[in-house]
Amino acid sequence: MSALTRAEAEGLIQEVLEVYPEAAKQDRARHLAVNDHALERSKKCITANRKSLPGVMTARGCAYAGSKGVVWGPIKDMIHVSHGPVGCGQYSRAGRRNYYVGFTGVNTFGTMNFTSDFQEKDVVFGGDKKLAKVLAEIEALFPVNKGISVQSECPIGLIGDDIEAVARKSSAEIGKPVIPVRCEGFRGVSQSLGHHIANDSIRDWVLEGVTRGESGPYDVAIIGDYNIGGDAWSSRILLEEMGLNVVAQWSGDGTLAELKRTPQVRMNLLHCYRSMNYISRHMETKYGIPWLEYNFFGPTKIAESLRQIASHFDDHIKEGAERVIARYQPLVDAINDKYRPRLNGKRVMLYVGGLRPRHVVGAYEDLGMEVVGAGYEFGHNDDYDRTLKELGDATLLYDDVTGYEMEKFVERIRPDLIGAGIKEKYGFQKMGIPFRQMHSWDYSGPYHGYDGYAIFARDMDMTVNNPCWQKLRAPWKKGA
Amino acid sequence: MPLVMLRKDSEGRLICYVPKKDLEARVTALEHDGEELWGGRLTLEDGESWYLEPISPRPGLPFEARVKRI
Repeated sequence: MSALTRAEAEGLIQEVLEVYPEAAKQDRARHLAVNDHALERSKKCITANRKSLPGVMTARGCAYAGSKGVVWGPIKDMIHVSHGPVGCGQYSRAGRRNYYVGFTGVNTFGTMNFTSDFQEKDVVFGGDKKLAKVLAEIEALFPVNKGISVQSECPIGLIGDDIEAVARKSSAEIGKPVIPVRCEGFRGVSQSLGHHIANDSIRDWVLEGVTRGESGPYDVAIIGDYNIGGDAWSSRILLEEMGLNVVAQWSGDGTLAELKRTPQVRMNLLHCYRSMNYISRHMETKYGIPWLEYNFFGPTKIAESLRQIASHFDDHIKEGAERVIARYQPLVDAINDKYRPRLNGKRVMLYVGGLRPRHVVGAYEDLGMEVVGAGYEFGHNDDYDRTLKELGDATLLYDDVTGYEMEKFVERIRPDLIGAGIKEKYGFQKMGIPFRQMHSWDYSGPYHGYDGYAIFARDMDMTVNNPCWQKLRAPWKKGA
Repeated sequence: MPLVMLRKDSEGRLICYVPKKDLEARVTALEHDGEELWGGRLTLEDGESWYLEPISPRPGLPFEARVKRI
């Protein structure tokens, strides 16, 4: 079956909306659309970054998830205290697979869970004393830490604790930065606001007072790469091979010193626009550092991005970019020769987070696959603006799709592969559709860069062409 | 009076970014675009217009400013 036509896609949306009560139907109708290349602006066809409808299944997270889980969590030499009840920290611990180098528990703390473990009495009498004690204890037990961030969970905002005061006092006592982050889960409509709050806290507590100094001619920073399964490493080697000097990684495998060093770079290279455009824009206004969005998924986009990055530097880097592209071409050809025949023409539906619904499209197309539906959990309209031109005409777009809608879309379209999160995974696998968990690469990765493309292609083949999908029907039901 | 950020994109066009609205739009017309006086009525590609108190001399980009709805 080929992709839906425009009329079919519009019909499908109408059909799905049928079951909702009138008010809900109106609300959801604004979040579902069919891609139209004639449109320049996404707000004409889709509404994004609005509160999820009560009563439907949404896959969104909270502000705490956006701050602790995404932006702050991967900074490896700091300790991130989940300030509040124990669950938020425990269930988000190490789930995102932000790889790092170091000795966990000595100089790096990425996979550990630090929490102030709020109890009833802390809610009743306030938790500031406990937080001060926790911070002092951390300093005694893990003296090699470079700083502490306090990631607030919901109760902190509800009872009105003054974590900023505690942070200032403790910071003076232990002589290290203590950064309060007001990322209570109830703020905003999704994790997206958590990213913003985390960016703002970096701006106010880390970059405050840092001035622009001398920079090398090729100094750049990787912004918005969280090193999931080693992504930042496979991106970094390409940039270094072309002659650039990567001085900071935000925030996968990153350190506090790297963050503070960033105002010295020539250019910020921004991978995840959604979660770190705020700080990039801030550095642009304050320090005059230009930023550039790039995409390291799939050889076409990698080559495009490398050339685009190089165009902002001198001939040495431009030659470097061509050299890197030429060097990896045999690898790319080998991957395409092997996997394209097995994956050609397969149709994919995506429902992921910040940048992937548009960034991975190129990688799928390099493998001969086609993206027939895409949506963001927490994207804003500027994300959809960037998505419209990446996707084919008449592709289904769904913002903050509900469990029901997604299931109906899948039932009708029957794609050959779905890329979404763990909450969707098992349901769709039971429907007999190959599935990849595209938030943390289904425990695989890296997917960025040329080396990542090899793994990406292998994983997609392994999933789509897995023999298990032919075994779903019981032998006695197969007929003669 | 929203805070907007005016910057040049990679092709050198003037871009107006309105954070509250997640709007990134090209500026299609700027009333005063000289070295001496810069600002005035901003027209964006989607037809919206804003008023930026003219600044003298021309500021360096990127530039953050409060603009008025017209």
